[in-house]
Amino acid sequence: MSAPETSCAPRGAGDFCLSCLLTSGLLVVAVVASFAYLQIDFGALFSREAAVGMGEFVASFFPPASAPPFLAKTALGALQTFAVAAVGTLLAALLGVLCALPAAGRAGGALRQVARFALNVLRSVPELVWATLMVLAAGLGPFAGTLALALHTTGVLGRLFAEAIENAPPAAETALREAGSGSAPAFLYGTLPLVWPQFIAYGLYRLEMNIRMAAVLGFVGAGGLGQMLYFHLSIFQQAEAATVLIAMLLLVLVVDAISHQLRGQLAN
Amino acid sequence: MSPSLVTRNLGLAHGNGLRAVHGLDLQLAPGERVAVIGPSGAGKTSLLRLLGTALRPTVGRLDVLGANPWQLAAGDLRRLRTRIGTIHQAPPIPPRLRVVTAVLAGRLGRWPAAKGLLSLLYPVDIAGARAALARLDLADRLFERCDRLSGGQLQRVGIARVLYQQPELILADEPVSALDPMLADAAIAQIVAEAGQRGATVVASLHAVDLALKWFPRVIGLRGGELAFDLPAAQVDAAMLRDLYASEGNVVPTQANDPTLLQAPAELGVGAPVVRLDSCRGRG
Amino acid sequence: MSTVAALPGSAARDPEARRRLGAALLALVVLWPLLQLAEFRPAVLFEAGNLRVMGGFLASFMPPAHAPEFLGLLLTATLETLAIATAGIALALFIAAPLAICATRALSVSRIGPGPGRWRGQALRGAVRGLLTILRAVPEIVWALMFVRVLGLGPAAGVLALAITYGGMLGKVYTEILESTDTRPARTLLEAGSGRLAALAYGLIPNAAQELTSYTVYRWECAVRASVIMGFVGAGGLGQLMDQSMKMLNGGEASTILLVFLLLVLLADAISAALRRALA
Repeated sequence: MSAPETSCAPRGAGDFCLSCLLTSGLLVVAVVASFAYLQIDFGALFSREAAVGMGEFVASFFPPASAPPFLAKTALGALQTFAVAAVGTLLAALLGVLCALPAAGRAGGALRQVARFALNVLRSVPELVWATLMVLAAGLGPFAGTLALALHTTGVLGRLFAEAIENAPPAAETALREAGSGSAPAFLYGTLPLVWPQFIAYGLYRLEMNIRMAAVLGFVGAGGLGQMLYFHLSIFQQAEAATVLIAMLLLVLVVDAISHQLRGQLAN
Repeated sequence: MSPSLVTRNLGLAHGNGLRAVHGLDLQLAPGERVAVIGPSGAGKTSLLRLLGTALRPTVGRLDVLGANPWQLAAGDLRRLRTRIGTIHQAPPIPPRLRVVTAVLAGRLGRWPAAKGLLSLLYPVDIAGARAALARLDLADRLFERCDRLSGGQLQRVGIARVLYQQPELILADEPVSALDPMLADAAIAQIVAEAGQRGATVVASLHAVDLALKWFPRVIGLRGGELAFDLPAAQVDAAMLRDLYASEGNVVPTQANDPTLLQAPAELGVGAPVVRLDSCRGRG
Repeated sequence: MSTVAALPGSAARDPEARRRLGAALLALVVLWPLLQLAEFRPAVLFEAGNLRVMGGFLASFMPPAHAPEFLGLLLTATLETLAIATAGIALALFIAAPLAICATRALSVSRIGPGPGRWRGQALRGAVRGLLTILRAVPEIVWALMFVRVLGLGPAAGVLALAITYGGMLGKVYTEILESTDTRPARTLLEAGSGRLAALAYGLIPNAAQELTSYTVYRWECAVRASVIMGFVGAGGLGQLMDQSMKMLNGGEASTILLVFLLLVLLADAISAALRRALA
């Protein structure tokens, strides 16, 4: 970051430059205005009844439901959430590689802009919005969640893959082309081996994020733990909801650990 | 028989006006073996890249294997390039690729795309790859990853790839710079033998003048991008060499640092090994 | 060099082949049940009913809704989203700052020497870090869902959810920033017997201020996006508006809101960049 042009003297605690002071003042005003606009009744929020109500609400989560049939259901929900995340990420990786080639300029300048734009659109729309759209296209259930994750993650992975391809040293692929190889084999033998480890690392990282997202997509009807949580909270079954929450946390921990392990192995 | 390589007034200038190669007129018959020598920056690599159709000349005309490559359609140019094999000084091979796959990549130009794809999953011609590597004493490294090899071993894999390609024109850019003298000599012998078997033309730029004079009947000297001389090896004498390498302190580079090289090669006897046996080190 | 060493017949096969085949089979064996669990049936997309609904919805995307009352609603919703994000970050700061001061090693008196109370200091720091991790562990939308159950629909749920999760995130990063800048001025002050807050103000903040504000502004940008998402479970703002429009299959409104959302993200990005420059 370049040095600011206003003369900000070397700082001690009481030594602020004017623009910093003005900006800080503006920020404070913005914060106060936000609270005012929202008209949150902090009095009621932190009142005694609210505290008691909150306390009762929290207490109703303990102990978490632990009847074996419900635990089995929760386990199945966890597997379904994992399946949604895994299949969605895998699909996104395949589509991402396909989109990354034109987005890296391998099919000409015009297609590059088109591909990059398409990937940006896919990326910018949040997974939850995709999920509500996919519920229309594929009905309620985990398939909608899988498609939503796949669409959003294709945008993310496609762009990362395209950047990796563009940054890869071209010497290997060029040498193969100069020996008469076609473009596809030259890419597969010359560039893909260079970017392959990066692809896998990005994919695994995205899988970790998608596990969290897959759980949340259930809120709009995409199955798995999210749908269970939404359902049980709607009918005020907090004990069951607590079990589902614990299952979510465990699932995230396990997948994070496995992914960390795989990425470590890949570094060799 | 039509020449395998013809250049007329061949020149290459960089964007900043620097001329890498200038005014080269060459003609090579099929099956000829030519060495290109000269100090660093003389334009040897640029010349080889021009001959290999990797770079387009800015001046002059080039005919390779009977065709002007820059007037061919894309498909024909590709087919022409499958008949040209380039050995690089630092083989551009992805580190994670295995040796067998890297060698088999030599025939990607000839194979249909599906066969190339299949070979990535399971090597389609293990025997062929092994034969090529065996000629360079690397058959035992067939299934290793290229990033586990030393620089000299990697260079030999690059040579094996071109041997496997079986081209009609072999262009070698300092192909044995990372090999110790005994291995380097043997490697050049393999390249020359392959070319002899198939009647292929060889153009090799070499830093070690003794190797050049030993194995190549015709020697081209380059200095400052221009032709210094183009003579049969027997006619290259010490004075010419000293002039050629004047910019490098009049020291003529050889593998063995053999001061006898400043004598005319004829005095040593043609084909005499210029390598002192006690300079042999371990495998390169 | 030209002799070919005699190799046993088995070396004519690729040793990797077995491993690759095994891995491929394993992948298939794992993939099949996963596909079943995820109810992966592409044919469903082409069922008549679904196609009709989706087609009708997409067709209604154009033209985007532009009735004045709707645009007015859109404006209030956008302002509400911005307000939720700002208020949420402000509360998160209130939570994060004291926790970070407790958890950072840069302000630890007991580590100088090391002096007495070292184990106690370490345990306290570990506990606070654990608390920060717990705050971060649950996604903000889950908090939002729960707060909506208790507090009802509206922005309060979103603000509190942001405060908790982003408090954890800010706290963790503040701790790390304080430790990664040059800690010697603070140490010197602590060694001279000054209080921790003084050491913070005079020793750490001057160096770390830029990084701290930069990260906080970046988090605000994320908070804007998160506020929209939380709206889908009833926490107000653009998200709640979009959820309602989609439930009523009003494609025109949905496409307008989507456009506004994308513009809002760009706007937040621009404001964030400008702020970071101004505070540099």
